Amino acid sequence: MRAYFAAALLCLGSGLPAAPPAPSGSNNESDPPGYPPVVAGRPLQFPADHGAHPDYRTEWWYVTGWVTDEDGVERGFQVTFFRVRTRIGEDNPSRFAPRQLILAHAAVADPAEGRLLHAERGERALDPLAGAATGHTRAWIGEWALEWSQDHYRASVDADSFAYDLRFDPAGPPLPNGQDGFSQKAPDPRHASYYYSRPQLGVSGTLRVRGKTHRVTGHAWLDHEWSSAYLPEKARGWDWIGINLADGGALMAFRMRTATGEATWTAGTLRRGNEPARALAPAQVTFIPGRRWRSPRTGTEYPVEWQLDIDGRRLQLQPLMDDQELDSRRTTGAVYWEGAVRLVENGREIGRGYLEMTGYGERLRM
Amino acid sequence: MNAGLRHVFLASLARRRLATALSLLAIALGVALGLAVQLIHGAALDEFGRGMRLVAGEADLQVMGPRTGFDDALYVLLAQRPEVADASPILEVEASLPQRDDSLRVFGVDALRVRRVQPALMPVPEAEVAGEFGIFAADGVFLSPAAQAALGPGTGGTLAVLAGPREEHLRILGSVPGAGRGQRLAVMDIAAAQRLFDQVGRVTRIDLRLAQGVDRAAAIERLRPLLPPGVELLAPEAAASQVAGLSRAYRVNLTMLAAIALLTGGFLVFSTQLLSVVRRRQELALLRALGLDRRTLLRGLLAEGALLGFVGGLVGVALGYALSALAFSIVGADLGAGYFEGVEPGLRFEPLATAVYLVLGVAAGVAGAWLPAREASRVAPARALRASDDVEVLRARPRGPAALASLGLALLLCLLPPLGGIPVFGYAAIALILAGSVLVLPAVVRLAMRALDGGRFVLLRLAHARLAAAPGQVVVAGAGVVASVALAAAMAIMVSSFRTSVDDWLSDVLPADLYLRASSSGASAFLTPEVIAQVAATPGVSSVQPVRFDTLRLDEAQFPVTLIARPVAEGAPVPLVEGDAASVRGADGLPPAWVSEAMADLFRLAVGDTLSLPFGGAPHRFRVAGVWRDYARQHGAVLVELADYRALTNDSRSNNVAIRVAPGVQAETVAAALQAQFVGRNFELAAPGEIRATTLAVFDRTFLVTYLMEAVAILIGLFGVSTSFAALATARRKEFGMLRHLGLTRRDIGRLLALEGALGAAVGVAVGLAAGGAVALVLVEVVNRQSFHWSMDIRLPLAALAAFAVTLVLLAAVAARLSGYQAMRQSAVLAVREDW
Repeated sequence: MRAYFAAALLCLGSGLPAAPPAPSGSNNESDPPGYPPVVAGRPLQFPADHGAHPDYRTEWWYVTGWVTDEDGVERGFQVTFFRVRTRIGEDNPSRFAPRQLILAHAAVADPAEGRLLHAERGERALDPLAGAATGHTRAWIGEWALEWSQDHYRASVDADSFAYDLRFDPAGPPLPNGQDGFSQKAPDPRHASYYYSRPQLGVSGTLRVRGKTHRVTGHAWLDHEWSSAYLPEKARGWDWIGINLADGGALMAFRMRTATGEATWTAGTLRRGNEPARALAPAQVTFIPGRRWRSPRTGTEYPVEWQLDIDGRRLQLQPLMDDQELDSRRTTGAVYWEGAVRLVENGREIGRGYLEMTGYGERLRM
Repeated sequence: MNAGLRHVFLASLARRRLATALSLLAIALGVALGLAVQLIHGAALDEFGRGMRLVAGEADLQVMGPRTGFDDALYVLLAQRPEVADASPILEVEASLPQRDDSLRVFGVDALRVRRVQPALMPVPEAEVAGEFGIFAADGVFLSPAAQAALGPGTGGTLAVLAGPREEHLRILGSVPGAGRGQRLAVMDIAAAQRLFDQVGRVTRIDLRLAQGVDRAAAIERLRPLLPPGVELLAPEAAASQVAGLSRAYRVNLTMLAAIALLTGGFLVFSTQLLSVVRRRQELALLRALGLDRRTLLRGLLAEGALLGFVGGLVGVALGYALSALAFSIVGADLGAGYFEGVEPGLRFEPLATAVYLVLGVAAGVAGAWLPAREASRVAPARALRASDDVEVLRARPRGPAALASLGLALLLCLLPPLGGIPVFGYAAIALILAGSVLVLPAVVRLAMRALDGGRFVLLRLAHARLAAAPGQVVVAGAGVVASVALAAAMAIMVSSFRTSVDDWLSDVLPADLYLRASSSGASAFLTPEVIAQVAATPGVSSVQPVRFDTLRLDEAQFPVTLIARPVAEGAPVPLVEGDAASVRGADGLPPAWVSEAMADLFRLAVGDTLSLPFGGAPHRFRVAGVWRDYARQHGAVLVELADYRALTNDSRSNNVAIRVAPGVQAETVAAALQAQFVGRNFELAAPGEIRATTLAVFDRTFLVTYLMEAVAILIGLFGVSTSFAALATARRKEFGMLRHLGLTRRDIGRLLALEGALGAAVGVAVGLAAGGAVALVLVEVVNRQSFHWSMDIRLPLAALAAFAVTLVLLAAVAARLSGYQAMRQSAVLAVREDW
């Protein structure tokens, strides 16, 4: 669900308002020219689909999770690698031809910090400096990387204020979202993506915050999604969750939202315990905003607590901390909320994961 | 000083208004010229340095190669090194602009990296025009504010550039606001620039930010082995100082001229003060007798000089700023010499330079007043009170040994090498020659008067007697004449030698009938082999000779040299000063190379030496077969056979082609045929005559400042003659009265004065011409050779010098006659009665 961020990054230093609705490929009702359409009935093929799909316009690998260090301190982390096909210079023999851009974003949510630590990078794909490989998962910019080797993923990120080097061991096969991986984003099926998740990844590794390196363990969630026409025209933003359930199951749900806050589309995927996963139809997913928090930096209000009606159950979302707003106005101009949350049912925590809310901000000028 | 004394001393300046005004003017001109040179070049250098820093941004090191760049694989290699935190590749192209003479610096950048290393070059797209991915657009360009102002079309418009033989239209998608006001440049995506300018696989520079904790020296040591030959790792300051060094000699030259103007101003103060002291002799003696002590008198007289200097300095400072503003708007920041292209500096107030020149003005005034003041304060009041003692002070003491010593020392100084590229000893030698020629003046006057027989004419005999008896008068009037004539003559000889040599050189380097040019040598356009073939096939063309230009970086401490590849043995002659142009390989099988004088000097090369030239990233050895004269490239140039160059580089492009027309065919006919063939192709077709005219126009523009200085020097010299005669005539009123009583008419006395002026000036001019010849020799053989590394053939502009000398003598006569006018107006009776 990170197209918003990708679009924002492309305005990099541009002085463009990176406010919604400025996402990629959304300003056109027809299919964007030159990109292959996303169509139903193309089953995901592994391992090939773990790798990049350079023909499609936008693609990302996105890992979020909760980790606990040796002292029992809980933190959230997030790393995303984007790939964007620009359709510029495709016939240019220059090694610098900006055919594909690779963007990366990483953050750590540490309650002791009180706000997110985050960093980002962006490069044109230029082997061996930056790129996204086909055939298997490998995306990198310099020493920042997310890579599959043998039986696990590994993510390493080194920013000024934090760093981590984490290993993710999958607990089972990939979990396709939508219809066998065809995930619709609007009533019009042209707005769709290929989308699968890998919930319940076992995390182990090191995390450095405030100059101190901790050994950490925990659970993470990986999304891999690619598309050519993602966001429907009327949508201003979205709300999304990816939750590892305590019983070993997984819940993904999202809602596309207009400027007035009405849902234009909702969907999800639910796997309870070891049961087979089920795709949730729009009628089975309802997002009801709860307590709001106002950012002291941007003045934007975000519903940081939610009530979710999923498949007939009433669930609550509670944030690890309120201030998980990502304010990168100084670099990319993007402002959104992306943070660690707990899923609660009848007062009892039943899962942990990440919530992303975009499109709440004002139109911004740098 | 109390009010009374202030009245006695400073008010005397007000009484002799003309002399005061002229002294003021001389000092003001010296200060103005010096300050203007400083201001203009200071501003240009600042802006240039700012440009270099801007482009370097936060880079710790820069990887630089020849102008045509180097393999961009080096970037990939360096970007991965642990010493390197960030690497930003740049392809810099001097893009030729169609239908315009100037070019535009285009920087192909990786916008995602330039942000971290050179943030000032960050392109900022205009949202409505640029659209998505605007900073990567293949046909997009971003203009700095200065470029936008100079080129016209704003964001949303298109910019036409020449890429090779093609004209390409780029969309202006935004601006480069970080570039600031003074920098004319454009930024586009590096991949787009590589493709547009046919430079795929090449970059011209890589800017590096080092990882934390890695120091520069260590990084240089570890990274240097990775660089191919001809590519150097430089600290950004080094690159900037190379450019500053290139124009330094020129700047020092102009500053020296200004210093000389100031010195002449000092001379003028000296002569007017001396004569003022002579005239006030009794007045000053009276003051002493009334109890004024010697030191107060000295201070009072010095204060006169200081006031002159200060007011002159103030006027000069104002004039200097006005001159600079004028120069910026008319000739440009480099005073026409072409060192600082693409920068548009603005005039700023420079407190330090202003203060320094103001102090120099005061110093010139005080120094000029020093000797007369000392003289006046030393004289015993009783003696000075006696009326007819005037002649005493004008008795010039012969200073033969001092004169000989300074001339001898000047000769020795000419043998010394330059200091830091500046011919310091050459300038010192010039100063010594000037001083020596002034010192030798009394002896020459004596000699001249001895040789000159008065003859039968009364006036002539009177003048002769006067000058022989009081040679000091000639010395005082003549010192200024000597200095200014010497300088003017030296300049005239030097410029005439230079211009003739350049003219001859142009005939040597432009032997063909027509030249077809893709662009100026530095820019982005070029001629393909197909175009050359087309030219050769044009009816009426008998032969064609393509020329290729590039730059080579031979040494990290030196500015890159220009490479010229063209047919040599079978081509146009080379203006050789040493060696020969026969293109034979020696026994060692090394191909020949011909180096320019500057290159021979800078890299200590002589005929027969081997020379390693980096072509296409690999070193190739050449044998130095000759040294040639080059007035175009002061940083050095090397000429090689085109065939050798092509064999080593596979580069088949050329920048120019020299065309010879078949016998019996009119060059104009062929030119018309070529023009028709390449219509709309943006090639320039030039006849040698046009190129010669343009080059000489540039030459004359460069020496414009020199001519101005020359005029000022002569003006100051004439002022000197005029003021000294004015003062002397006043002092000689009694003498004139006596002569009137003896039967001379007023007109006769006028003629006498004119004759004295002419005689005195003639001696001064003669000594000045001799000194000027010596100074010219030093300028040509030492100053030019050491500053710019070029030689020239001495050419005496005899007719011009003779005319100049005669004019000056006549002007001196007129000046003396006019100056004495006031003295002659008085009645003869009154004049004589003064004594009784």
